[in-house]
Amino acid sequence: MQRRDFLRTSALASTMLLVPKFLHALDHGPGLARLRDARGRRLIVVQLSGGNDGLNTIIPYQNDLYYQARPTLGIRQSEGILALDKGLGFNPAMRGLKELYDQGQVAILNSVGYPNPDRSHFRSMDIWQTGSAADQNLSTGWLGRYLDQDCTDCRLPYNALELDDTLSLALKGQQRKGLALKNPAKLQQLTSSRYLAALSHLDHGHEHHSEADYLYQTLAETTSSARYLYDKAKIYQSATAYPGSEFGKSLKTTAELINSGVESRVYYVSLAGFDTHVRQQEQQRRLLGELSDGLAALAADLRQSGEWANTLVLVFSEFGRRVGQNASNGTDHGTANNVLLLGGGLQQRGILNAAPDLADLDQGDLRYQIDFRGIYATILKDWLGSDDTRILGSGFERLTGLV
Amino acid sequence: MNSTRQLQHLYWRAGFGPRPQDLRVGLSPRKALRQLFKDSAQYEPLRVPALATTAEEPTMAADTGPTTARPAALTPEQRKARNQAERAAFAAMSTAWMSRMAFSPAQLREKMTLFWHGHFACRVKRPDMALRLHNTIRRLALGKFPDLLLAVSQEPAMLQFLNNQQNRKQRPNENFAREVMELFTLGRGHYTEADVKEAARAFTGWSFDEAGQFQLRARQHDEGLKTVLGRSGNFRGEDVLRILLEQPQAATFITTKIYRFFVNDRPNPAHIEPLAAAFRQSGYDVADLLERMFSADWFYEPANIGTRIKSPVELLAGIRRSLDVRLDNELPLLGIQKALGQTLFMPPNVAGWPGGRSWIDSSSLLLRLQLPSVLFRNAELALALKDDENDTSPNQTRTERSVKAGVGAHLPLAPLQQMLGTTPSNQHAGQLSTFLLQAPVRPENLVLIQQYAAQAPPAEVLRNVLIGLLSLPEYQLS
Repeated sequence: MQRRDFLRTSALASTMLLVPKFLHALDHGPGLARLRDARGRRLIVVQLSGGNDGLNTIIPYQNDLYYQARPTLGIRQSEGILALDKGLGFNPAMRGLKELYDQGQVAILNSVGYPNPDRSHFRSMDIWQTGSAADQNLSTGWLGRYLDQDCTDCRLPYNALELDDTLSLALKGQQRKGLALKNPAKLQQLTSSRYLAALSHLDHGHEHHSEADYLYQTLAETTSSARYLYDKAKIYQSATAYPGSEFGKSLKTTAELINSGVESRVYYVSLAGFDTHVRQQEQQRRLLGELSDGLAALAADLRQSGEWANTLVLVFSEFGRRVGQNASNGTDHGTANNVLLLGGGLQQRGILNAAPDLADLDQGDLRYQIDFRGIYATILKDWLGSDDTRILGSGFERLTGLV
Repeated sequence: MNSTRQLQHLYWRAGFGPRPQDLRVGLSPRKALRQLFKDSAQYEPLRVPALATTAEEPTMAADTGPTTARPAALTPEQRKARNQAERAAFAAMSTAWMSRMAFSPAQLREKMTLFWHGHFACRVKRPDMALRLHNTIRRLALGKFPDLLLAVSQEPAMLQFLNNQQNRKQRPNENFAREVMELFTLGRGHYTEADVKEAARAFTGWSFDEAGQFQLRARQHDEGLKTVLGRSGNFRGEDVLRILLEQPQAATFITTKIYRFFVNDRPNPAHIEPLAAAFRQSGYDVADLLERMFSADWFYEPANIGTRIKSPVELLAGIRRSLDVRLDNELPLLGIQKALGQTLFMPPNVAGWPGGRSWIDSSSLLLRLQLPSVLFRNAELALALKDDENDTSPNQTRTERSVKAGVGAHLPLAPLQQMLGTTPSNQHAGQLSTFLLQAPVRPENLVLIQQYAAQAPPAEVLRNVLIGLLSLPEYQLS
């Protein structure tokens, strides 16, 4: 008999599936009701990894300084810039987002950053994911702390989902963490080992008396979540056409989970490849097209199921790039960047603040106008109904009337 | 508790795990501890043949920032080549160190080096600088803490990482001074902002030359009067470090960290206070502190046994060491490090790795439990890692970021068969569990493992018992 076969076919009938009884009680606990109080609203975070060049995404095509700084990298109007407002226009590849913009589904915030910006990927991404200051080191993510704050009774980690194989710091709280999965089928496969399912758990109820209990608890929660998500996901198959890329698939899975009635409050998706030091145009254009087409498909999908009004999408990158192009027809790490918000529930639309000031630079880099934690605070308090000060600390001005 | 159980506990904590032969010798825990110190008496630097600087590699002048490369000096092809060389060097350093953890007789020194590696967390682009710092830590790991602190503080890697090369007389940069106080010696709340500012002045001029050697730039050094923690003088950097260690809090802070790493995540003041006092008395003698800690009665209390979640590298090292596992290909271990959240030489930030339950989320736990199957059954590990954050492999595709297992592990069964002796085969799971596991395992789980394994052809049964035990959540604990 093959090694693998015996695992699959071994007589498990006699070795009972010892799923602890307490798990069944957890499916509809008070914790979920607490999160449902957030009026069924959800947040989808789209992380552009690598430092997206904001100036070639939302292009200040009426500003001469832009073309002076980027003699060959600057994008010309004749190349098909999609005009928005205030002398700004989308990169030609962003047709899908332009349509959404015209329908009033998009809000743009320029020059978002933080004091003493860090230009290294890991440090700046940490700052954005933990919601910390540049000189602070937090070991929990802002959305993880949201779970800690609002999900104290929740037993199951599917209240924040990341569409990936491993979990980002953003979703790791002190007590609660999100759940990472590429898709429900894959997670179900990973947890469907009969061996794992059969392992007997020290039944101490809800308390973690020991580290072993904690591990078994986590395993049980993961297995239970996997089963829940797999069963739910069978309900709805999206008929909308998404880009065939990994990113497109992740957005499609997100929509399917939402439309299947999964009660997750938070979804986290990443699109990588934006670190364009060399020959930026083609690479960025391709990625922005993927982003744009993916989000357009997501919006269409959620609209037809009536979930778009309840959904807010936040698109960010860990930093923007320098105003002047470099010697390799690319750009180097910069500072402040634009942030996009999409959704059917936006109260304010269009370009919400001034275009980046290319005359007043900080050693060749953009100065920030809006602290990113103000955006987080707005989302946490005004959209998700949570206590932003307990998650981020106080002193961050919310953008009133945004959502 | 019997002596074997105590020995296992000691080897898991003071090193990376017991081997069958360690237990067979039958030393008392006291004698075993003495042997651990003896075996770690010598210092052997970690050497990496792959680390070769080429003529094209630009020197990292002290004035440049930590990770903003200056690509203008290189063509894209040169840049790519340099990035590849850096990646290869770090890979070689990481796998070489992991082999030391698994196979070096100097277990205590290796474990202590790992502890300091997290305490003096540092992340730089140049592998030669990282290796220099690493070997400085390794050399002084079991010595006097003041020596270690001074040497690490003057390492170019640390100066660069904490921006001290930007700390100048007219424009002090406080980052270095702050982290030295907050993270290396005292902890938050035991100094003021004024202390940080004044201390920063004392560290002005601490820099390094293009060859990567410490250099005091006299013209950038502020020679004036400073007041730090109530003391006044024309302090130099060394003086500030001395003042920091004169604070009783320093002994408490370091001792608490060491206790939490080696004994229990929950610090017990009744244990820590006497240790800290002795630590201070001894002039911060690390070896002395460790000996007291490992000799204490409470070290062997049930509350401290099998109650620590292994870090990713401890997990990997333990499997290799206790089972004498040889690998044909060690590179996939780096992907596993990253997937589990601990990449050597790349701590998440200055505070190092938080440890404990922060190692565990749904994905990392599943991967830990799958790991034995991945290593020993060539089970598929279909896992894509996150984007490279070091700016050395920008824009890898998802396929390129996928972990391909295939370590080619060789698992010798003879030592285990010898350990089992004449134990009836239906008790193998139980017997092996006492060797492999530090946390108590439920009898029905042992029955389960035995039943599973018994389904296999007779030649495979022992192997499958072993893999079953390694796949238990209890195996994650030491």
